[in-house]
Amino acid sequence: MTSLPLPSAEVDASQARPALAPLRFVAGGLVAAATLAAALALGAAVGETSIPVETVAKTVANRLWGAGHALDPIDEGIVWNYRIARALVAACCGASLALCGVVLQSLLRNALADPYILGISAGASSGAVAVAILGLGSGFVSLSLGAFAGALLAFGLVALLALGAGRGPAAIILAGIAGSQLFNALTSFVVTKSATADQARGIMFWLLGNLSGVRWPDVSLAVPVALGGLLICLAHARALDAFAFGSRSAASLGVPVKRVYAVLIAACAFMTATMVSIVGSIGFVGLVIPHAARLVVGVRHGRLLPASALIGATFMIAADVLSRTVIPGQVLPIGVMTALVGAPAFAMILIHRPVAR
Amino acid sequence: MMLSAQDLVWRAGRRAIVDRVSLDVRPGEFLGLVGPNGSGKTSLIAMLAGLRAPASGTVTLAGKPLGRMSRRDLAHRIALVEQQAETGERLTAREAVALGRTPHLSALSPWSSRDDAIVDKAMADVDMAHLASRSWQTLSGGERQRLHIARALAQEPRILILDEPTNHLDIEHQIGLLDLVRSQDLTVVAALHDLNHAAMFCDRIAVMQAGRLVALGTPADILTRRRLAEVFRVDASVEIDAAGACFIRYRRPAAMPRARHAAS
Ligand SMILES: Nc1ncnc2c1ncn2[C@@H]1O[C@H](COP(=O)(O)OP(=O)(O)OP(=O)(O)O)[C@@H](O)[C@H]1O
Ligand SMILES: [Mg+2]
Repeated sequence: MTSLPLPSAEVDASQARPALAPLRFVAGGLVAAATLAAALALGAAVGETSIPVETVAKTVANRLWGAGHALDPIDEGIVWNYRIARALVAACCGASLALCGVVLQSLLRNALADPYILGISAGASSGAVAVAILGLGSGFVSLSLGAFAGALLAFGLVALLALGAGRGPAAIILAGIAGSQLFNALTSFVVTKSATADQARGIMFWLLGNLSGVRWPDVSLAVPVALGGLLICLAHARALDAFAFGSRSAASLGVPVKRVYAVLIAACAFMTATMVSIVGSIGFVGLVIPHAARLVVGVRHGRLLPASALIGATFMIAADVLSRTVIPGQVLPIGVMTALVGAPAFAMILIHRPVAR
Repeated sequence: MMLSAQDLVWRAGRRAIVDRVSLDVRPGEFLGLVGPNGSGKTSLIAMLAGLRAPASGTVTLAGKPLGRMSRRDLAHRIALVEQQAETGERLTAREAVALGRTPHLSALSPWSSRDDAIVDKAMADVDMAHLASRSWQTLSGGERQRLHIARALAQEPRILILDEPTNHLDIEHQIGLLDLVRSQDLTVVAALHDLNHAAMFCDRIAVMQAGRLVALGTPADILTRRRLAEVFRVDASVEIDAAGACFIRYRRPAAMPRARHAAS
């Protein structure tokens, strides 16, 4: 923003009027709810066989409060069992990744931080590979559980390394790089050594993100984690603002820096690990959405966090719809979709970013 | 509220950066901290502000060790303007100052019109009200410095700790700012490089040299020709006028013994 010095009357008008604050809050909430509902409805309506939005609405009414609309049971089944569950998980996943992106970019003071910087996606892939190819857990452990365990293991290692390396943002980033490289190498090692061609292909598909297997049990895991994560992040919105001039400055503004770091990084690790274990490691959302949201609502976290969550959720639902419909009869990995849209979007943001020193 | 340091030591490796410094900051006074580059002023300030735990010794505020106070309680009482603090965020000038209200806000006491008034006043005090909506990245070094100070004022502390607050400022704003800070009902600790400013505004001056506190007293007692030569290695004459104000005039170094490396 290369804003010119404004005459003082305009400057005053540009400040948030306190009397309007509650009104804006409610309006913002309504817009968010409407957007999300529209995205979910669209996510449920569009697909290989498209189903009218009306049917979607009736299905939801039937299931939630037994409205008793007469519907084709097949349509109703597709909408409720597959598409709505899938759209909800996509929304949770997009929101969580975007939130983690905002938090980590802010805490680590690095515009290129994303949720996977903590080694989580690398660890998850190792865990998934260990289960799928090496047969760890001998059939009793699901791919998701393996991925979750791998993600937390990698994060634990990265956290220990960061603690040993001096705790600062640079230490965390470098520890994350080391951890990610290590676990990615482990994954490649196992895949190249032991996987059949089919297994390798399956793993690659999983790594790029896949929502095909999503059902209601996944929803009941993803929704609480995403909502809980959102609440934790929102509770720290002011603390995150205070990190603008670094952690020392935050400390002098009364922020308990160590505690905030520990709580938020742990929350991000848990959110990311959960989402990755359900849908695989979907790239770019956690990196790009926070930047896009900053352009829309500015840098203050009280607005940036909910805005990022909303944009992330909507974007992910849209990416899922695209991945199912772009090539008829074939489902593209959603990670391919997010990156195909995300990379050019990120390039645009970089080009149009105001020149900062 | 007395801020008091007893036998502070801080080490980097084996070297003592701050070496057994004891110091009482009296309520309401303007205490200047002077000393050559690397003498330990910033390190001492970090401990006085409670941002760094000393290797040994304690800092107490009204008798209570800082280490036992919560960050928030501390931030209600002590504000710090760092020597260097930058951001990559695209904050506006006013948003940067509004951060000063952080310790006073919570879920139960959200942002109010009183906070707006305090922020507006702090911006006006440092003569930055007209740039309120400018993006931080577009501001000059001196403008940023003035905003840092406005942020500290918006924090409404009892004690204001400033690390070279007049860095980057033009002479009008240097003097205006020290005068502003002095006229507030605040205890001030400020690391200063300009000894004439120190003489003009400080009630007492503390001199740091190689991590030690080597002198502490009124400007007229502290700023003697001999001490300036010993600590700062400059030749200067010090005039004290009828009102007791002290003025330093520096001389070109030709009259001083040459630095060692130049002689060889
Ligand atoms: N973390 C650290 N590790 C090693 N040495 C340090 C560290 N912090 C400070 N020092 C050293 O301690 C000495 C005192 O530093 P300090 O920043 O306190 O000096 P200062 O009096 O504020 O100097 P200036 O006038 O240049 O601001 C310097 O020699 C500095 O190099
Ligand atoms: Mg210094």
